[in-house]
Amino acid sequence: MNVIYSLLIFFAAVLTTDSVDNGYDIGDIATDFNLENIDGKFVSLSDFIDAEGFIIVFTCNTCPYAVLYEDRIEALNKKYASQGYPLIAIMPNNVQTKPGDSMKSMKQRAIDKGFTFPYLMDAGQKIYPQYGATKTPHVYILESTTRGPVVRYIGGIDDNYKDATLVKTNYVEDAIEALKKGNLIKQTTTRAIGCSIKL
Amino acid sequence: MKYLFILVVSCFLSCKSEVKTEVKLTANLPPLEIQDFSGVEPYLNLEGPKTYVVNFWATWCAPCVKELPYFEAIQAKYIEDVEVILINLDFPRQYESKLKPFLYEHQLKSKVVVLDDPDMNYWIPKVDSNWDGAIPVSLIYNSSKRSFYKRTFAYNELEAELKTFLTTK
Repeated sequence: MNVIYSLLIFFAAVLTTDSVDNGYDIGDIATDFNLENIDGKFVSLSDFIDAEGFIIVFTCNTCPYAVLYEDRIEALNKKYASQGYPLIAIMPNNVQTKPGDSMKSMKQRAIDKGFTFPYLMDAGQKIYPQYGATKTPHVYILESTTRGPVVRYIGGIDDNYKDATLVKTNYVEDAIEALKKGNLIKQTTTRAIGCSIKL
Repeated sequence: MKYLFILVVSCFLSCKSEVKTEVKLTANLPPLEIQDFSGVEPYLNLEGPKTYVVNFWATWCAPCVKELPYFEAIQAKYIEDVEVILINLDFPRQYESKLKPFLYEHQLKSKVVVLDDPDMNYWIPKVDSNWDGAIPVSLIYNSSKRSFYKRTFAYNELEAELKTFLTTK
């Protein structure tokens, strides 16, 4: 009887966890999207025919952690877009709640900071829940395969938000270098503080 | 032209005096308790007779600031049975300019501990294995029960949750 009871509790726990933490796990196929860029054009993963993979960053103008990483995500795009791994930024917040993340503000921020990557609006907030993003910044590295884009890494950018010069481990760079060499990624998921995505 | 001059001078004077008062006010505050994770971890595992309500927050996090008064109200109402601990995640460069003025302005009565530890991938899972780092989050625990909340609270929701702990003791 006790065993049955424990099993019931175990399954209840498993079910609860699943329903709370939905979104992608490592190895899942990521959905494509068609979202408006700051230049008014719509962008999809399938537009990048030659891409070997993608660095998807859920980010915004208004979260201090996201702002601290702006220069670093621009540097990632400069380094890896030409090597087959373009960076695509997606702004997941509800702009009614965060007017500072409106399309107009996104355009201005991109001009001020000289972003060279697409900065897309998740209008209607349909895409970030499918990925399971919970905060900004939140990174997903995808690898192009014949089955579609496979999720290879989920988490933060590096291990020191305060000071890029004190970073010991560049999670995103290490993951992409491993993918390029066909090696296993050492850390496929990492945690980082961020601002909850605004509904 | 003369009026413009007076205007500029008076603005200059008033701005200056404002800055002065602010500096004086925050200078009177007790020093912040700033800790890395090893200094914060004991607050997540206190073994006293109370129920401990731990909230992770920052002055730049709007939903955190919104629910802060509810944690303060809980601390005031259940002062004998509950200890609220507010773990702050502000950026070090804003301790003086933003955090101290905020603490002064809001006159927080709960214990505030400032967590300054950039190696987040190390310490976030130690707070809770299901937490990926989005704030606000809260932790309520006592000697017989422990729960982690990836959500915000209204006052009545927080109190209802707390009561499930007070009755289990």
